[in-house]
Amino acid sequence: MRIYETIFILKPDLPEEEAGNFVTQMEGVVTSTGGTLQKTDRMGRRRLAYKIQKYHEGEYVLLVSEAGPATVLEVERRLKVAEPVLKYMTVRTDEHLKRIAKKQRERAKRSARKKPRQSAQSAESAASPA
Amino acid sequence: MGSQPRSGPPHRREGGGGGGGGGRRFSRRRKVCRFCVDKADHIDYKDIRTLSHFIPERGKILPSRISGVCAPHQRRLMRAIKQARNIAFLPFGSEA
Repeated sequence: MRIYETIFILKPDLPEEEAGNFVTQMEGVVTSTGGTLQKTDRMGRRRLAYKIQKYHEGEYVLLVSEAGPATVLEVERRLKVAEPVLKYMTVRTDEHLKRIAKKQRERAKRSARKKPRQSAQSAESAASPA
Repeated sequence: MGSQPRSGPPHRREGGGGGGGGGRRFSRRRKVCRFCVDKADHIDYKDIRTLSHFIPERGKILPSRISGVCAPHQRRLMRAIKQARNIAFLPFGSEA
C-alpha cells in the first residue's frame, strides 16, 4: 500500500451542502476501492494564483489516503468527470515519508553517539583536577 | 572574452560597501542554506509561506546562486514549487 495525497479545487460558488456531499462521496470512493483514509482537510477558500475556468477563487480539499493504484485511478477518474472540480492533483508521499524517517533516525543516532563522548570528556576534565 | 573562468561568486556590490575601491570586497558574508539551518527534511508544496520566499515578482524560481540554497535542497524546492504551480498555489508567470 502506498500513501497518496490528493488535492482538488472546488468551484467557489458551490453551495456548502453540496461541497460537503461531494467530499464525503470522494471519501466513500477511497474506502470502497480498498483504501483507508488517513486525513481529510477542507483547507477552505483561497485565491487562485491564476484563473481556472474563469474563477479567481476556489475551495481546496486535501485527502490523504493509504491505498493502492486502483484507488487513485478511480478517484482521479471521478474528479475528472465531476462538474464542480476545477483542478486536482495526486502526489505519492510514502517515499518522502520513508526518507524523512530515515534521516531523523540517522540524526537521532548521531546525537546519541555524540552525547556519551561529551559526558566522557566532562568526566575526564572533572577527574583531572582531583 | 565571453567565457570567463568560474572563480567563485560574482562580486556584487551590496548596500554597505557602495563606493569601496581597493581590495576590500572579499569580506562578503557567506550565504547559508536556510533549509539546512532549519534542518528541513521535506519541502512541502502546500507550504506557500516558505515557497513564496523563493518566488520573485516575475514568478520564476529564485536561483540558488542568489538565495544560497544548497543543491539538494534546491532540487526539492524546485519540485515543491512546480507542484504548487500545478494546483494554483503559485503562478506560472507574472499575473497578466
